[in-house]
Amino acid sequence: MISLSPLAPPGVRTSEGMAADLVCFPTRAQYFALVESFKADAFEMCVDVCGVDYLSHMDRPLPEGVEGTRFEVVTNLLSLSKRQRVRIRVQAGNDEPEVESLFALYSGVEAMEREAFDLFGIIFTNHPDLTRILMPEDWEGHPLRKDYGAGNVPVQFKEAPGPR
Amino acid sequence: MRSIEREELLVAETSEGEQELQRRAKTAANELGREIGAVLRSNDLHIDPTSIDFDRQDDETMIINMGPSHPSTHGVLRLMLELDGEYVLRCKPVIGYLHTGMEKTAEELSYIQGAVNVTRMDYLSPVINELNYSMAVEKLLGIEIPDRAIWIRMMMSELNRISSHLVWMATNGMDLGSTSMMIYGLRERELILAFFEKTAGLRMNLNYVRPGGVAADLPDGWKDDVTVICDTIDERTYEYDQLLTGQPIFRERMVGVAPITAEEALSLSVTGPLLRSTGVAWDLRRTMPYLAYDQVEFDVIVGTYGDNFDRYAIRLNEIRESIRIVRQCVEMMPSGDYRSQDPKVTPPPRARIGESMEALIHHFKLFTEGFHVPVGEVYSAVESPRGEIGCYLVSDGGAKPYRLHVRGPSFVNLQAIPLLMRGGSVSDAITTVSTIDPVLGEVDR
Repeated sequence: MISLSPLAPPGVRTSEGMAADLVCFPTRAQYFALVESFKADAFEMCVDVCGVDYLSHMDRPLPEGVEGTRFEVVTNLLSLSKRQRVRIRVQAGNDEPEVESLFALYSGVEAMEREAFDLFGIIFTNHPDLTRILMPEDWEGHPLRKDYGAGNVPVQFKEAPGPR
Repeated sequence: MRSIEREELLVAETSEGEQELQRRAKTAANELGREIGAVLRSNDLHIDPTSIDFDRQDDETMIINMGPSHPSTHGVLRLMLELDGEYVLRCKPVIGYLHTGMEKTAEELSYIQGAVNVTRMDYLSPVINELNYSMAVEKLLGIEIPDRAIWIRMMMSELNRISSHLVWMATNGMDLGSTSMMIYGLRERELILAFFEKTAGLRMNLNYVRPGGVAADLPDGWKDDVTVICDTIDERTYEYDQLLTGQPIFRERMVGVAPITAEEALSLSVTGPLLRSTGVAWDLRRTMPYLAYDQVEFDVIVGTYGDNFDRYAIRLNEIRESIRIVRQCVEMMPSGDYRSQDPKVTPPPRARIGESMEALIHHFKLFTEGFHVPVGEVYSAVESPRGEIGCYLVSDGGAKPYRLHVRGPSFVNLQAIPLLMRGGSVSDAITTVSTIDPVLGEVDR
C-alpha cells in the first residue's frame, strides 16, 4: 500500500481509491507542500490536473475532517520507478476557487491548469500564463460549471459579417 | 482603403487575445521561458549560445502563424512562431478550434451512450478511447467481464494501434514529401478498417467496446481475416524500411532533429512514443498491465536520442510488436460470452423480448434510463498509440456521469512543441509536429 512521504505536511487525510491507488485530501495550504513531498518521493510525473464542480452533489463521501467545497481540483501523480499512482483532491473553494499552481514543480501542468481555469474558472496562482485555452478569448462564463446554462442560451459565435 | 478595413475586421474577428504569442516586450519572463522551451527549472538558462541570439529585439524578428488550416498540422492546430529568418526562436500552440464541449456533452448522456461520445475524441484510435471509458465505468460498477471479451478487446485495440500508426506513417511520409508512403500507409490501414466494418458495422467511431463487454461477437471466419491482415502488414513493414529507413533524404530530415531528454519529457508529462524515444521504457501495457497484456509476449520499444528518427523507428517497430500480440490473441482466444451476463448492464437476448414482458421492460429501461452507477470517483488509464489516455469519472449515483474528464495524450504532448522546435528551421517544425502525432479531436475535445 502506498503511504505518504515523511516530508508530507502533517494532518493530510487519505483514503484508498478504487483502483488500489491512494487518494489524499490536503487543504489548500497543504496542497503545494504535499505535491512537493511526493515529487521528492519519486513521483516523477504529474499526469493530469482537472477540476470538478460539485454544485449538485455536495453530499459526496469524504473522509472525516474534510469539508467539501463546491470546486475541487484533482491532480494525478505517477511514479514510474515505483509504478504507483496517487490522486490528490484539494477542496478549492466555493465562490472564488483558487489553488496554487504546480508549475514550479512540474512544467507539464501548464496546459492542464489552463484548461481547468478555462472550463471552471479556478484560479491557479503563480501560473505563468493563465489564459483561456479551449474556449475563444471573448467567451463569457466557464462552461463546465454546473450552473452554466447549457442548451437554452444562444451560442456565442463571433458576429459574422454580412456578404462582402 | 477597403482592403485595409477588411483586414482590420478580419484580425478583430479571429483574434485570440492573450492566448496568442505576444511581442517580447509584452511577455513576462516566465511565459517567455515557456515559449522558448525552457522546461527544467535548473536548466532554464542552459541554451546553446551559439545557436541563436535570444536577445534579439522585436523589430528584428517576425511572428507568423502556421495554421490553423495548414496541411501539415494534422488538423486545426495553430502554431505561432517567432522567426529569425528561417529559424524558430519561440513558439506557442494556440488550440481550441475543434472544441465541441464533449466533456459537457458526456454529462448529458447515459453511461451506455457515453461510449458513442468518447469514441469521437481520438478519431484515429476509437477502440482505445472506448476501452478507456468502459474500464472506468466497470471499475465504478465493480463488475467483471468475461475472458473472451477481454481478449477481443485486446485484439481490437492492437489492430487499432496498428491502423493508427499506419496513418502516422502515411502522414509523416506526406509531410516529408514521400507521397508513395502516404498511399501505402492508407492502403494497409484499409485492411484493418474493412475488418472493423465486418465486426462492428462501422469503419471508424465503432462504439464496439461498451461497459460490460463488447457489442458483438467476432464475425465468422475472423481468424482467417486477421491472419491475412497480420501477414500482409508484417511483410509490408519491411517495404517501408526499404522506402524510408535508409533513405538519405529522409534521414537528413529526421536524424538528430528536435531532440528531447528523458528529464524534460518527464517534467512535461509527455507519454507514449515521445517519452519512449528518450529511453524511458514506460508502456502501460507492460508496466501497469490491464486486460490480459501480462499473458502475451511483446517488447517495449525504446529509443536512445529522443529525436524524430527515434520516434519514427519506435512507431514502425510498434506495428510489428502489435502484430505479434494480435497473432497471440488469435491463438489464445478463449470461447465463451463476449459480454457480461450481469443483467444490470446487459440487455436480455432478443429472443426473450418477444415472449417475456419483464424482458421487454428491462430492455426498455436499460436503453431509455440506463443503468445506475454507485457513488464514487475513479481514474483509470490505458496506453493509446499516442500515450497514456486516462479517464477520470465521477458518479453521483445516477444514470449519467457527474463528471467525465479525459486526459488526452495529444493535449499534453503538444506542450513539448516549444522545446522541440527551439532553434530548428521551419521545415523541421513540420517534421516535429508530425512526429508528436497530435490528433486535434483529442486535443480540443
